Amino acid sequence: MNRLQSIMEFQNWQTTMAAASDPNRPFITVCGGTGCRVYGSEKVWEAFRTELVRQGANATLDYDVKVTGCHGFCERGPLVVIRPQGIFYSHVKAGDVPEIVSETILGNKIVERLLYVDPLSGAKIEHEQDVPFYKHQKRLILDQNGNLDPAQIDEYIVCGGYASLTKVLTSWAPEQVISAVKASGLRGRGGAGFSTGVKWELCCENVKKAGMGYIICNSDEGDPGAYMDRSVMEGNPHSVIEGMIIGAYAMGIHQGFVYIRAEYPLAVKNLRIAIRQAEAAGLLGKDILGSGFDFSLNVRLGAGAFVCGEETALMASIEGRIGEPHPRPPYPAEAGLWGKPTNINNVKTWAAVPIIINKGADWYAQIGTEKSKGTLIFSVVGKINNTGLVEVPMGVSLRQLIFDIGGGIPKGKAFKAAQIGGPSGGCLPAEHLDVPMDYESLSSLGAIVGSGGLVVADEDTCMVDFARYFMNFTQEESCGKCVPCRIGTKAMLATLERICAGDGKPSDIDYLLELAQMVKNSSLCGLGQTAPNPVLTTIRYFREEYEAHIFDKTCPAKVCKGLITYSIISENCNGCMVCLRECTSNAITGAKREVHSINSELCSKCGVCKEVCKFDAVAVN
Amino acid sequence: MIHLTIDDKPIEVHEGRTILEACREHGIHIPTLCYHPALEPYGACRLCMVEVSQNGRKPRLVASCVYPCEEGAVVKTDTTTVQQSRRMTAELLLAGSSNSPEIVALANELGVKEVRYQLPDEDACVLCGLCVRACNEIVGVSAISVIQRGIAKKVATPFQVTSSRCIGCGICVLICPTGAFNFENVAGFQYVSPSESAYKLGYYRLGSELDLRPNFVQDVTTLLQTSTDKEATNE
Repeated sequence: MNRLQSIMEFQNWQTTMAAASDPNRPFITVCGGTGCRVYGSEKVWEAFRTELVRQGANATLDYDVKVTGCHGFCERGPLVVIRPQGIFYSHVKAGDVPEIVSETILGNKIVERLLYVDPLSGAKIEHEQDVPFYKHQKRLILDQNGNLDPAQIDEYIVCGGYASLTKVLTSWAPEQVISAVKASGLRGRGGAGFSTGVKWELCCENVKKAGMGYIICNSDEGDPGAYMDRSVMEGNPHSVIEGMIIGAYAMGIHQGFVYIRAEYPLAVKNLRIAIRQAEAAGLLGKDILGSGFDFSLNVRLGAGAFVCGEETALMASIEGRIGEPHPRPPYPAEAGLWGKPTNINNVKTWAAVPIIINKGADWYAQIGTEKSKGTLIFSVVGKINNTGLVEVPMGVSLRQLIFDIGGGIPKGKAFKAAQIGGPSGGCLPAEHLDVPMDYESLSSLGAIVGSGGLVVADEDTCMVDFARYFMNFTQEESCGKCVPCRIGTKAMLATLERICAGDGKPSDIDYLLELAQMVKNSSLCGLGQTAPNPVLTTIRYFREEYEAHIFDKTCPAKVCKGLITYSIISENCNGCMVCLRECTSNAITGAKREVHSINSELCSKCGVCKEVCKFDAVAVN
Repeated sequence: MIHLTIDDKPIEVHEGRTILEACREHGIHIPTLCYHPALEPYGACRLCMVEVSQNGRKPRLVASCVYPCEEGAVVKTDTTTVQQSRRMTAELLLAGSSNSPEIVALANELGVKEVRYQLPDEDACVLCGLCVRACNEIVGVSAISVIQRGIAKKVATPFQVTSSRCIGCGICVLICPTGAFNFENVAGFQYVSPSESAYKLGYYRLGSELDLRPNFVQDVTTLLQTSTDKEATNE
């Protein structure tokens, strides 16, 4: 396409495209997020394309198949939504496609067996908007993820994309943009929750003094179980780019970087396509839409270090140095990338900017709580029925998130705890299920909003083992520069491992608390400063489990292998020999129709016998 | 000039000074390991932690070697929190480097009574980064760097093979605070090729390939010594 020379040309282009697109034109969206691709969604959309032609649906109805970004309900992938009606099919396989085309597309009938069944009520639900998982959400940033083909800039523009940018370039002074972002109450979605507008203002002042500066989009998401940044980048990269251009304009910056993990190939691909398209359209580069404002955007790939999500380490990595943090001050806004004033924001923060400009700061500020405005995306994973990405207004309760949207805990088990904010966050027990999800409330309980990762634990989860898991992660990801984080996290992990193995000492809890406090207070960067949070909160809320491991040498959840034994309940065992055959350690002896027994010396505690036994004859103690 | 309070004493320092520099100028002792007056501060060993509060906010621990003196700051260098933090840091250092007499002495000074965790491998290197920074900032060759991360982190040449950049000046050995380096292992550890292990003879490969003064090592030794002496006098 030709580079657009003016805002008028852009608006004409937008109007022409919008007029040409029929909002009632039926189309099929197939989720093309990484999760659904793993489930085989590529085969599904290929099947749709061939099947629509084969059954002649294209000739009669002019159906379109669109591969979109992540729809969010990853548990049920691959997802297919037939629009505009919004008929929602989940777990769709390529083999189901001929039936969908003949029944739903041509016959206007619902394929019952592909409908979503609400695990709580047992009801079958036809439309996407009625699925409880979606019904209770407020989707702003993820709004278009399920509608757009992320590789088509036209689609983004037709649904109002880049309108905020043109609005700003036509009639807003840079200061006005900053005031609007400040007034919206938007806070950094990377986790720390610093006011975005204030951050921009500080950086802007320094840019004026230094004569230049940089902006960075932090897309180095690395928490276990969190993938919202990836999904935004995969599904709607133009929203991030638009936010960055607006931010650059506000701060008077002409060069930006997106730092994104190399392990996110689809997100990287879609982002690069989007940047190329924006450049070709004159939305990036010199003299954007004839406004005289220049801004270029480059992609830098992270090489797989979690610590590079920390802003100073991230900048070191962009500069080509070792991904190690350096002490602040100076803050990036004073001396960041190559010593110049730099503004770093998370993917979701940038993506929120066009929404604020478009709908107004006041509108945005109405959403959420007094101090935490707007929406937040959580990736809800772990022991929960509806695994996926959830966008809710700030301030909804943990209970709503887990039970109304998340559909509760699988197999009727009880909720035990939720780890909020990734490995840097804290673990909250059932007594705090009504905590509003906002920055202040969570931090008062020892958790953080963080990246928005939310890992749910059920009654079968051992909280000491849970803390050990997260400590293992941070310990492995510590850059090793400062002593508290390098050796302190290792010492904490070793202590937790010892407790789980049944070798806990009476002094261990105090030692862990002492160590945790010191690592938190004295580490150089955010990674070390937050690494003890899972340990601190599990001790705070589940101290009795630690004590059971240490003093009683038992694991109440029956998880820690060093503290459990498997045995046969003789009354229940009918001697079917299934467990005996499946045992990988040859630890089970017995003959047909005779009660078996487990040799605990040989038993590796893998749990296979309990899994295969149909008669409930294996006990764990 | 910047005005702040350190241990209840009003103090005036030049702008741009770190808290550690201000303390040393005023004779307040703060233990350090990764700090050297001739090098850019690094903030890694966390022994120099002090408590700082400003504008009535809650005091927090900061590394004094990298934290700038700010107007109105209230600094405390010897609170219980500070002592606990330093003691635990020393205990953690001892967990991996009890073979270094310097670390043992430091731990004793800070009152470490017991070592509750022991790393599987002993290494006198505490990753203070002085060698790496001296090689880069003073010598200007950057022949060594830290590699890997976390507990596996160590000082090495690129790709851990004989470095063509190392000029064998030995500054890494001179500056190492824990004796993790010696001339033998610099040569033996492939910092320079084995044929160059002329260190023992007191011969340094200088001036041949790079345009360096022949008395370079002498100069470096003097430089390190002078800056340390200057500090000692201040204290």
